[in-house]
Amino acid sequence: MLKRNVQQRHRVVQVITKFLIPMILLFAFYVQFHGDFGAGGGFQAGVVFASVFILHGLIFGEARTRLVLTPNTLRVLMSLGLLLYAGTGVVSLLLGGNYLNYSVLLSNPVSGQHWGIFVVELGVGITVAAVMVSLFYCFSSKRNFVGHISHPIDENELNSDG
Amino acid sequence: MLFNNHFSVLLIVLPLMAAPICVILRNPKASWLVALISNLIIVLLSLSLLSHVLNGNVVRYELGGWAAPTGIEYYIDGINAVLISIVSIISLVTLIYSKQSIRKEIATPRHYLFYAGWLLCLTGLLGILITGDAFNVFVFLEISSLSMYMLIALGSERRQALVASFRYLILGSIGASFILLGIGFLYAATGTLNMSDIAERLPLVNNSRTVIVGFSFITIGLFIKTAMFPVFSWLPNAYQFAPSAVSAFLAGTATKVSLYIFLRFFYHIFGTDYSFGNLLLGDVLLPLAVIGFFVMSVVAIFQTDIRRVLAYSSIAQIGYIFAAISMATEQGLTAGIIHIINHAFIKTALFISVGCILYRYGTANINQLNGIIKTMPWTCAAFIVAGFSLIGVPLTAGFVSKWYLVSAAIDSGWWLIAVMILTSSLMAIIYIGRIVEVFCFKTGDATNSLKVKEAPFSMLLPLWFLIIVSVYTGINGDVVVDMAKFSATQLLDSLPSLSNSIGNPL
Repeated sequence: MLKRNVQQRHRVVQVITKFLIPMILLFAFYVQFHGDFGAGGGFQAGVVFASVFILHGLIFGEARTRLVLTPNTLRVLMSLGLLLYAGTGVVSLLLGGNYLNYSVLLSNPVSGQHWGIFVVELGVGITVAAVMVSLFYCFSSKRNFVGHISHPIDENELNSDG
Repeated sequence: MLFNNHFSVLLIVLPLMAAPICVILRNPKASWLVALISNLIIVLLSLSLLSHVLNGNVVRYELGGWAAPTGIEYYIDGINAVLISIVSIISLVTLIYSKQSIRKEIATPRHYLFYAGWLLCLTGLLGILITGDAFNVFVFLEISSLSMYMLIALGSERRQALVASFRYLILGSIGASFILLGIGFLYAATGTLNMSDIAERLPLVNNSRTVIVGFSFITIGLFIKTAMFPVFSWLPNAYQFAPSAVSAFLAGTATKVSLYIFLRFFYHIFGTDYSFGNLLLGDVLLPLAVIGFFVMSVVAIFQTDIRRVLAYSSIAQIGYIFAAISMATEQGLTAGIIHIINHAFIKTALFISVGCILYRYGTANINQLNGIIKTMPWTCAAFIVAGFSLIGVPLTAGFVSKWYLVSAAIDSGWWLIAVMILTSSLMAIIYIGRIVEVFCFKTGDATNSLKVKEAPFSMLLPLWFLIIVSVYTGINGDVVVDMAKFSATQLLDSLPSLSNSIGNPL
């Protein structure tokens, strides 16, 4: 019952948050994809993007955010971001340039540079966003982030040590 | 041997990409396999790189195709290539060992994180060794350090491991901040971050206070990172409470890599004449090094946990290496590099053998391991051989390095130092002898449990590989000595001659 009261008391905040979330997301995408023309880039965009989920967690409770963005998804996302970055470099290696030489990515070096930094920044953005949200999960819950809940034996094992 | 310039960058990219793959796979066996295969390829690449560099080539790789002072450059000459090979070999060996050992030390769902952290740590260590860009050194230093904190925190004695890791985190971050600020000052003074470029431009601004402050900051930062005598306090706990595979890996590589940064900065970038001639780095280094190896050897005698004995002995060995480096002569530098190489193999072997004992007995306390040579003959034999090597008994690798160390000291006319090195070797006899005595000649509780078997083969194989390497380099010392001489001359030659026209900077 108490929980319900708390939820009701924060109705205004909740409604406003729901309004804000798409706008912040849009802004995150703007910062991400406009980063090579203006201020911004993957790092900033990742943080802005993650702030949506942190806000959602603060207002609606972290347990509900976990349903939207599960720790497992985050684990895969943060790895994929890094792989995207490093993979771009490998592609440029395979195309005969030095590592991370974007000029060889396309026939036109200028648009090659453009696309190279675009993909790399996307990788940065994905990783940063995923890491930010998982940091929030780590600090906001007592459960282990890495998904140990599915292994009850492990919890016992760890407790017996300490 | 087949060589391609791209090999240098693949050394970094492979472990960097293997780490996230481990995280995605999330399966203990699969991630071990990924780590192992990528590490195996890295060893092959590094050996090819080594043979290429030992032929007298210097590998320079422009990252992203941007030319050197603007872009980041990988710069590999003798010392880097040698250390890259050693770090990758030790990583491979300990990785094979880790498969069994972490079963008892780390909960299974965390194994994939262990391997991911391991690969990132390897990325950082290799990155420090390979890069020719001063700021990039800091970046890789942070990658390796952060993953090391995480690996140490995984130790089986959870609470102590966390405290040890946290302590290392605090001190390591302070050290890294000093290094970063120092590099920042150098950048302010020279306007470039490329090492060779800094080395070229420094003579013009040598007298400025900015450079001197940068110099001292980097010195202090590296003292902490290498666990030099007064600032070593993070090391014993970190080595004791980390998972045994991690302590074996760290003992062989982490401080050695920091020592490499030291060599690179003070011999190559600042130049011997400036560091040791004008700023008297040797006068600071030598007393600390001597007190270090003396006091730490004494402290090692009084430890009850074998891992702690080895940890303090490690600090003592760092003292030897610093004493050798502080001579600022070719012989001294050669002796230092020889000891870096030999000690890496010896200490890793010792930590692995302690890990084997830990695996079977669950303790490394010297009082509870009476007469275990009866139950674990191969492990104990390996420990004894490696221990002899640490002391410097002839026919072992340790003898070669002590020999060069003492003769370098005598060549510099430092008779007292030579005597002190020999005296502290006697202390090594005491602290190793004490353990050997317990293993072989005491009878007690441990012998009652004859059920305890020898360590599994997959743990003994890496152990004995290291032992054979260290005995081989002891009998046929030329392999290591030639490599060390080559790297030392290259390191001393690569510096611009700046003995002229520099007055007293203060």
